[in-house]
Amino acid sequence: MSFINYASREINCKIVYYGPGLCGKTTNLQYIYQKTAPDAKGKMISLATETERTLFFDFLPLALGEIRGFKTRFHLYTVPGQVFYDASRKLILKGVDGVVFVADSQEERTDANCESLDNLRGNLQEQGYDLDKLPYVVQYNKRDLNNILSIEELRRDVNPTNVPEFEACATTGEGVFETLKAVAKLILMDLKKGR
Amino acid sequence: MSTAQMVMYEEEFQKINEIMNRLLKEANAKVIFLVDKNGQLISGVGETERFDTTSLASLTAGNIAATGGLAKLIGEKEFSILFHEGEKDNLHISIVGGRVILVVLFDSRSSLGLVRLRVKKSSEELSTIFEVLLKKAEDKERRGVSDFPFAEITDDDIDSLFS
Repeated sequence: MSFINYASREINCKIVYYGPGLCGKTTNLQYIYQKTAPDAKGKMISLATETERTLFFDFLPLALGEIRGFKTRFHLYTVPGQVFYDASRKLILKGVDGVVFVADSQEERTDANCESLDNLRGNLQEQGYDLDKLPYVVQYNKRDLNNILSIEELRRDVNPTNVPEFEACATTGEGVFETLKAVAKLILMDLKKGR
Repeated sequence: MSTAQMVMYEEEFQKINEIMNRLLKEANAKVIFLVDKNGQLISGVGETERFDTTSLASLTAGNIAATGGLAKLIGEKEFSILFHEGEKDNLHISIVGGRVILVVLFDSRSSLGLVRLRVKKSSEELSTIFEVLLKKAEDKERRGVSDFPFAEITDDDIDSLFS
């Protein structure tokens, strides 16, 4: 849930990157971290295993600037994608303002994508959220690889509700900021409506 | 939505800071933070400039969430107090009013007993303030009043954040 502080004139929002293991959630955050001006970002924290798999979460605070005198901060989190870390994923979804679902475009990851999306929907429901009512975008990652599905096929699998979607290659950064910008915009517009 | 949106106003913010500053002195602490359970820093007093407060807030919330998960697994509602002992500095983390997290960092100039005692008293006072804030938020939600401070925000405003 966003936090509006009138005393320090700040708005803080929480964005969670969700998706199957090795789909590129951490890589998205790493690219954003690399490309953001030092004064606009905080330290990126990765709670990962020795083999660099996310254990609990990655965290990246961004202070992008001011809107009408209010400092607008986004806190970016990733979840651990591996199936058996479900208890941790639930915790990270607490207080979420917007979700990015990162799908792995590779053909053999179709089942993993679908399973992760079901898991996202279920875990949100457990906490009283409805994915269809949350600011939510989908990213088709790894578009640079050869064995990938077409956008139509991916859309059918992981974006049946037709939310904003983006093609990406997180390692080179293509589509990364477009995705972030889209979800940030949805969050601010959602706040404007006054939920 | 599962919880009402957290909004902080000048009046309550000042009261909170007064309580925290008093606790800082009474508990002989180095620094005290108040963090939302979602990981947003609400306020900090003491030697805050020595720390990466944003990361601290996020990790504290993650810590509380993880131990809360553990608590549920063994049939407890939550663990309301966590204590981390270091070589020099220690962390006393407690949940206030079920909603926010109070983090007290102290060294050998204080003691766990003293911190616990003082935190207990301050927690009750902080709890009352957060109840007031929550009530305000619920009232507004019922009346359908938006607390978004810039209702006329445009696409251009948002675009400029990313330029």
